[in-house]
Amino acid sequence: MSGLNELYQEVILDHNRRPRNFRALEAATRTQEGFNPLCGDRLTLYVQLEGARIVDVSFQGSGCAISKASASLMTEALKGKSVEEARALFDRFHQMVTSAPTDEVPEIGKLAVLAGVREFPTRIKCASLAWHTLRAAVSSEGPVPVSTE
Amino acid sequence: MATTTPLPIGFDVGRARAEFPILAQDVHGKPLVYLDNAATTQKPQPVLDAITRYYTRDNANVHRAVHALSGRATDAFEAGRAKVARFLNAANPREIVFTRNATEGINLVAQAWGRTNVAAGDEVLISAMEHHSNIVPWQLLCDSVGARLRVAPITDRGELELDAFERLLGPRTRIVAVTQLSNALGTVNPIREIATLVHRAEALLLVDGAQAAYHMPVDVQSLGCDFYVVTGHKLYGPTGIGALWGREALLEQMPPWQGGGDMIRSVTFERSTWNDLPYKFEAGTPHVEGAIGLGAAVDYLSAIGMEQLAAHERELLDYGTTALQSVPGLRLIGTAARKASILSFVIDDLHPHDIGTIVDQEGIAIRTGHHCAQPVMDRFGIPATARASLALYNTRDDLDRLVSALHIVRKVLG
Repeated sequence: MSGLNELYQEVILDHNRRPRNFRALEAATRTQEGFNPLCGDRLTLYVQLEGARIVDVSFQGSGCAISKASASLMTEALKGKSVEEARALFDRFHQMVTSAPTDEVPEIGKLAVLAGVREFPTRIKCASLAWHTLRAAVSSEGPVPVSTE
Repeated sequence: MATTTPLPIGFDVGRARAEFPILAQDVHGKPLVYLDNAATTQKPQPVLDAITRYYTRDNANVHRAVHALSGRATDAFEAGRAKVARFLNAANPREIVFTRNATEGINLVAQAWGRTNVAAGDEVLISAMEHHSNIVPWQLLCDSVGARLRVAPITDRGELELDAFERLLGPRTRIVAVTQLSNALGTVNPIREIATLVHRAEALLLVDGAQAAYHMPVDVQSLGCDFYVVTGHKLYGPTGIGALWGREALLEQMPPWQGGGDMIRSVTFERSTWNDLPYKFEAGTPHVEGAIGLGAAVDYLSAIGMEQLAAHERELLDYGTTALQSVPGLRLIGTAARKASILSFVIDDLHPHDIGTIVDQEGIAIRTGHHCAQPVMDRFGIPATARASLALYNTRDDLDRLVSALHIVRKVLG
């Protein structure tokens, strides 16, 4: 049960029940669809860029507790960040969820609550869907549909 | 907790379990409960032994050489075909075409029969409860010839709406493709009745038997269909082998599907001629150990008796249906009057993937997701379900363990 309790800790359950920034964003300059065809999780990410700064970000969609909480926590972490900082955060998040359970968790603030997913390899995609969607949303080529498969 | 009807006489589930070595293991420190049988079943010792025997004694290519091993391999391979023919009560083994799986059987018919018999403006009719494998091959056919794919609706209980189905059968309907047992809902379709309606409309009927064939006796002649497909790995046999049954006269008329060795009678650079049935549809070296393993699997099932097996699973399905109701907020998806083997469910707004991960920690394997039936999920307005699916080796204890784990799910997810 210890791994389970770490995976489904209170912060994650709270963000699943009451996802933050869970709405459409009218002022969005980038809108990006993310889809995991294997499990059917899908989300739409809205990003409002001013120059290279993320002034607002929100999402909508359906998914499991992990994917929803991860998207919710991500939107909180991104507000006010530059695109470059967001990319660096993506890298640290990706490193965290794909590292060995015994590895040290990188400096990543509140997002560290998702480190428990490392013990559940089949669920890593759930946690990373929002982040892959973000990376596509802020790519210089502009949005293309993203899939975690 | 639930009904206490006695187990069918003559079927000893404890003895049956002992023949499945994989079941005797712990997962996450708990004895394995395997309830993902609709995805694939486990393999009994006689199947494992047949495959080992083939590779340790008989391995050679089939239908080719004059040496002893090739003769033995060919005999064992063709014996597998004869066993499948008997298991499905085909008129003769020439009507059994080995495929990779049920999906390939459907694609074979959609291409080899469809491209010569379905024209622009014609219609193909399927049902709203089909697996992707019985949707997409027909979409490919319809797109390539300009035909129209029509879909018969299902009720809120997950039953085919027979009246609407009948209305959709028209003068342009060339072929109808329906499942005998829905993998996402557990609904058993009335195939005989459907066959009568389809033939009255002068169309053909393909039945997807991927799920049905390992849960109930199948007699393709009495069902009255024209094509029937099965997959080996759900029939307690190996992966990579399946079978298409078709009426001999229909298979004779169909052009080959894939070209290569084994499917020809003679080859010159000017033209080639085709081998007899069923080899016309079996290009290249076949899945020899697959056919042998599948033959051993259907022998195993026949020895138990499909009626016995079905009675055991029916009792478990009733028990599980009642037992699951004790979980607060649980709702079954698929409540047809005629059902088999499938317990698909949602629990309030808990996502099935979270349910799946938590019960896995209790050593219980269930499937979570859309079950390759996204239109079914759309029909019920849900993204996914959790699904427990039964096999001959499951017990009431397995279902009790599942119910306990679902109470833990409620506790963990709040």
